Amino acid sequence: MRKTLSAYPYLVWAVLFIVVPLLLVAYYGFTVEQADGTVAFSLENFRDFFTSEIYLQALWRSIWMAAVATAICLLLGYPVAYYLSGNLFKNKGLLVLLLVIPMWMNLLLRTYAWLILLDTKGIFNALLGFIGLGPFEFLYGTHSIIFGMVYNFLPFMILPIHSVLVKMDHSLVEAAQDLGAPPTRVFFKVTFPLSLPGVFSGISMVFMPAVTTFAISDILSGRKIQLMGNVIENQFLRADNWNYGSTMSLILMVLILITMFISSKYDKGNEGGGLL
Amino acid sequence: MSKTLKKLYVSLIFLFMYAPIVVLAIYSFNDSKFRTAQWKGFTFKWYERLFENDQMLGALQTTLYIAFVSAVIATIIGTLAAIGIHNMSKRTKGVVMAVTNLPVLNPDIVTGIALMLLYVFVGIPLGRTSLLLSHITFNIPYVIISVLPKLGQLNKNMYEAALDLGASPAYAYRKIILPEILPGIITGFLFAVTLSIDDFVISFFTSRTENLSIYIYNAVSKKYDPSINALSTLMFAVIFILLVIVNKRSVKHEEN
Repeated sequence: MRKTLSAYPYLVWAVLFIVVPLLLVAYYGFTVEQADGTVAFSLENFRDFFTSEIYLQALWRSIWMAAVATAICLLLGYPVAYYLSGNLFKNKGLLVLLLVIPMWMNLLLRTYAWLILLDTKGIFNALLGFIGLGPFEFLYGTHSIIFGMVYNFLPFMILPIHSVLVKMDHSLVEAAQDLGAPPTRVFFKVTFPLSLPGVFSGISMVFMPAVTTFAISDILSGRKIQLMGNVIENQFLRADNWNYGSTMSLILMVLILITMFISSKYDKGNEGGGLL
Repeated sequence: MSKTLKKLYVSLIFLFMYAPIVVLAIYSFNDSKFRTAQWKGFTFKWYERLFENDQMLGALQTTLYIAFVSAVIATIIGTLAAIGIHNMSKRTKGVVMAVTNLPVLNPDIVTGIALMLLYVFVGIPLGRTSLLLSHITFNIPYVIISVLPKLGQLNKNMYEAALDLGASPAYAYRKIILPEILPGIITGFLFAVTLSIDDFVISFFTSRTENLSIYIYNAVSKKYDPSINALSTLMFAVIFILLVIVNKRSVKHEEN
């Protein structure tokens, strides 16, 4: 009993600031304020959400845009992780550090930086202008949000895959080579399957922040395209409907917990991918 | 694929990662009020504007204050918590860690909203105090997660040997356990400082007082302001230099 005493301040803190707030979200999510000002238990907000075309569209849009961004990150990032784990480069440590550094910069600033490059009067259009093309509107569309997600979360895909590949038992690869397997076969039969834990933690580390973002879509779509994050933000800060906002937060939370649950099933023995 | 092609591919990805940062830095010296590619001449004007901007300086001060104070408090509560949790029975430990992982796994937007509802419900005004409480809350789990594995690696016999040799439990903790888990505590503290400086979403929902992230968000959503370019260039330079120094030091450490 005495040995656990030192955890008590934290336990009190956790109940007050972790458990109670989530119960409040649940309370608001499952209640509605009636015309006479009283509060009643109700599933009305859930029914509204799942019958509202606008909100279901926002949910669907968030999921598929995050999924597309995750897929692009995997395609772009896997080769980088693979090449950085081999002996292609001498100063690998420095290169990995260079991948980590942008992640320590504020996400808003990283996203904002693209405005200068992609603006209709920006650098890309100026360059295209030299060869007689454009100007094109790169910003304020679905593609610009996906682009922003890929840019912001690519290191989250590369690093976990890289850390698994570095720790991989290379004698397995050599054994396959000795037994006469061609390089592509070695890759698909040995290296890739062994790197799957890193791939799965990369997928969840990109998908989760992407599906809940509202800052990237705010900046790169000029508040035109609404994702789940934007819709929830609106309910709390503009529409002032906390019950509905809480309902949507609960739905988003369940979506994330399901994703986590699925990815943890495939991700045993790989603790977080060793980000730091 | 030949080696050159592979190297070219990796270079292109690095170009993609760094191009916007470099461009931003270059254009922070451009003497133009508009977001165009046109170069209108070199100037330090936007940097000067930045240091005359009281709103920005206030936000910066809030960020640094909250980062330091929340990290110190979270490190103390978190380290004590980790020691207690380490001694818990397996079942209790499971429940406590499940709760601890909630802020880590939950989307930031949900954590932010949940805390905002709490503050409004209890009547804490959304300002510096609520901001500090939020940051302590999302920092503690990372301290616990950094310290717990170190406790697991401890050699129990050392502590018991100290007790057998007549040390009081408090003395044995300070002399035996603390030095062993110190690297975990420092990692947790640094984690907390960084997360606090970097956080936008949770701060955005739980505070009306601007910290740097909220300031940037508000400024970016308004019209183009080149002093934001200057601000990001400075922030990036500081982070870059710090990380390179830390990295060089840890490389030297390993070599010795």
